[in-house]
Amino acid sequence: MTAAGDRLGPTLFERSHPGRGGGKIPHPPKDALARIPADQLRTEGPNLPEVAEPELTRHYINLSQLNYAIDSGFYPLGSCTMKWNPKVNEWAARLPGFVSLHPFAPDELAQGSLQLLWELEQALAEIGGMRAVTLQPAAGAQGELTGILMVRAYHRSRSDLERSEVLVPDSAHGTNPATASMAGFKTVSIASASDGGVDIAAFRAALGPRTAAVMITNPSTLGLFESRIGELLDAVHAVGALAYMDGANLNAIMGRFKPGEAGFDVMHINVHKTFSTPHGGGGPGAGPVGVGEKLLPFLPSPRVLRESDGRFRLEHAGERPSSIGRIRSFAGNTAVLVRAYAYIRAHGASGLREVSDDAVLAANYMKSQVAGVLDVPFARHCMHEFVASSATLKAETGIRTLDVAKRLIDLGFHPPTIYFPLTVEEALLIEPTETESIETLDAFVEALRAIVHEAHVDPDLLHSAPHSSPVRRLDETSAARQPNLRWRAMTGGQTPCPD
Amino acid sequence: MAYGPHTDEDRAAMRKAIGVASVDELFADIPEAMRASELRLPPPESEAELAGRLQRLSERNRVDLVSFLGAGVYRHFIPAVVDQILLRGEFYTAYTPYQPEISQGTLQTIYEYQSMMAELTGMDVVSASHYDGATATAEGALMSCRATRRGRVLVSRGVHPHYRQTLCTYFGGGDLVADEIPLVAEGPAAGTTDLAALERMLADPERPVAGVVVANPSFLGLLEPMAQAGRLAHAAGALFVSVVEPVSLAVLAPPSSYGADVACGEGQPLGIPLAYGGPYLGILACRESLVRQIPGRLVGMTKDVDGRRAFVMTLRAREQDIRREKAASNICTNQALCALAASIYLGAIGPHGLRDVAALGAARAAELELALAEAGAPRLHSAPYLNEFAIRVPNAHEVHRRLLDRGVLAGLALVEAEPDDPSLADALLVCATEVTTADDIEVFARALCDEIERQHQLSLPGLAEDAR
Repeated sequence: MTAAGDRLGPTLFERSHPGRGGGKIPHPPKDALARIPADQLRTEGPNLPEVAEPELTRHYINLSQLNYAIDSGFYPLGSCTMKWNPKVNEWAARLPGFVSLHPFAPDELAQGSLQLLWELEQALAEIGGMRAVTLQPAAGAQGELTGILMVRAYHRSRSDLERSEVLVPDSAHGTNPATASMAGFKTVSIASASDGGVDIAAFRAALGPRTAAVMITNPSTLGLFESRIGELLDAVHAVGALAYMDGANLNAIMGRFKPGEAGFDVMHINVHKTFSTPHGGGGPGAGPVGVGEKLLPFLPSPRVLRESDGRFRLEHAGERPSSIGRIRSFAGNTAVLVRAYAYIRAHGASGLREVSDDAVLAANYMKSQVAGVLDVPFARHCMHEFVASSATLKAETGIRTLDVAKRLIDLGFHPPTIYFPLTVEEALLIEPTETESIETLDAFVEALRAIVHEAHVDPDLLHSAPHSSPVRRLDETSAARQPNLRWRAMTGGQTPCPD
Repeated sequence: MAYGPHTDEDRAAMRKAIGVASVDELFADIPEAMRASELRLPPPESEAELAGRLQRLSERNRVDLVSFLGAGVYRHFIPAVVDQILLRGEFYTAYTPYQPEISQGTLQTIYEYQSMMAELTGMDVVSASHYDGATATAEGALMSCRATRRGRVLVSRGVHPHYRQTLCTYFGGGDLVADEIPLVAEGPAAGTTDLAALERMLADPERPVAGVVVANPSFLGLLEPMAQAGRLAHAAGALFVSVVEPVSLAVLAPPSSYGADVACGEGQPLGIPLAYGGPYLGILACRESLVRQIPGRLVGMTKDVDGRRAFVMTLRAREQDIRREKAASNICTNQALCALAASIYLGAIGPHGLRDVAALGAARAAELELALAEAGAPRLHSAPYLNEFAIRVPNAHEVHRRLLDRGVLAGLALVEAEPDDPSLADALLVCATEVTTADDIEVFARALCDEIERQHQLSLPGLAEDAR
């Protein structure tokens, strides 16, 4: 990020001048809408911007330059896995045969996409040690919902109707408890053990005939592998509950640990983390879900099937009555899945294992270097990410993690994830990924070192950071108190929505 | 490794700094008994090999047919500028804008998306995006349950079957009920939502209704009595959830004009390719009073400490990372880049261009209706439509299949999407858009005429066996 100046521009609405633009669409005949009843027609056209292509393009290009992105620099956002997004994947997803295929096209026209989806399911099942995979969920959170709805269907199919609770460690992603609620379960939050791991005794005490499932992230959101996972899985299964694995951190363990083999019954995978599909400023992603034998009958419909003659097809509506049903329209975020497929084929078995090895190596290397700069609460080896903390720095200088994060922006880096997991005071969750060079990792640690020095000699510089970004710290309070969520032509940016 | 920078020397240096002899030591926390079996996947491929594989796979799809298939997602012209901008790495390789100081590009584009969709729908509040039309509709129905504290919604059978099925799946989580409002069976309103049935269903005092969900145009392409349905819903204390198609809103009455409380729909027609199912764009909008019920991210305008206008994610107390089990929804990642595509598309074609897209589709559809009727396949319904309608074709499923061999994708055989509705057994759902040409229509009509003639021959006594 270079020095800003005033680089903020007007909104597209402010750039609008009546009569500009056009030339993209042929004109319809004058009477095109004459057959539509008047009471169905719009009386006043929408007030959308009118701009010519050069202005439109510059508007967006200038906006793009206000963003930080993987394409522009190091993005060590823990838990989010901002690894390199290979360029060939963008090319592949735009191949005309993929892009122009209608999702209701008969199977015989869709053999290429169906084959790709089927092969991707097989590959993900192999990586996760699962029996089968659905590619339909549009994102990890929707994958979680799919998984927990299958858990619900499983218990109901056994007339086991008393299971109303889902156990979740307090270090879990917020999506876990939110998913449990959405699927009609009560969340029971279990405090972490002092070493950051799951507290097996606390889980045992909470498990019982009312437990539907436990949701475990492994490696955990602290970047630690739950070494007592076997005991936990045995205890879960002993009470008739199922084990859900949040696969957000699968990128650390490919070729090393297959959750399905270890005994997890269901797992979602964030392809925009482990398999490098771009985050797009907040999506689209895709959240495939793998299941073991128990949940196989409940997979959402339609599944992708391979016939004995080698042809592929989508399951028909109602073909598998045990299914939880449809969780979205059509087959899935296919263009995202093309990218994930390309990533897996580029790496193969050896490459994926190397991805995890290098991600873990880089994280431990950074941890060893950061240890001399900030607190690093957990001494043991981490997986693909690690937690640092500004607790000591705060005690000594009053500088908080938020200030450190904002100052990193001035020094050219995207900050790590901050204040997550909730269980560590003044947390910074740092995830370097496998695609950053050792020089980049070193430069980031040097930036942290410089900030800690500044904290002692010039704390005000940090309190008021960032200084070089397009905007500085924002007034988030008034944004929430008087929400202005849309441009209004008459009042523009001056007046909030009427309440 | 395909994309990583590390040399063996780099790895050795890192191991030395950590103090391990082998990377295996870093995985020592994985218990011996739980270590993975061998990963059985194909070997790595160079970019050149990979590109060839993907090219060949893509060519196994057939996208060369003359197509009249819509049924929820539509083929439209996408101006070149849309993809050029989407390929800016600063947009597509950025994360969710949690650090607003270095995410103003993404934040402002989302605010502008919310604003454009608000103009199009007439609604006050638009979420930063949802997954697709089906999930946006399911969430819209859930909003009505939260807002009214009632547990039953009525969904018209004119709503896309995938949306109805998705809604049922989502409702399966809570103890919520979704009942279907039937369609009028006969007469001039055949195929549209049965208002008399709706009124009866709303009248049951034992089972109060949270929301009424109706789509305009409907799955069958028909224009629905939205104003009347909305009035009935409100009279019973229910919210009115309208499912809309965004291009049509350039010419059709917006949800705000008939009092919709929630508007949802599929944003794919706004510059997003078909791509065999996605990613698409779930549009979710509501009136101001429901803002705390809407799931997903919202971007608002604010100022920075220097007083400069800036944008930030706001009202975050609805969201899963803050509220956890009490959140409005579990949604985290949405479809931000698709929302950007829709914004660029709308910016590129402008309000007049959007109106032209809608009106030209309507004009082409009228030509299509005429040509298909002459070919022997009249409309199944008589209520008004915009650019999509069902036609009556004997043995529709078989005809549809045979037309593929003649290079025509004759819309959707409705029996596939609505197998339980006998009135749709011999019907095809066809659409036209601005990319449909007179030649396309002629090719379709001629081929269909031949096939109908063939079916007619087969149905004559004594001839069927010979012909088969």
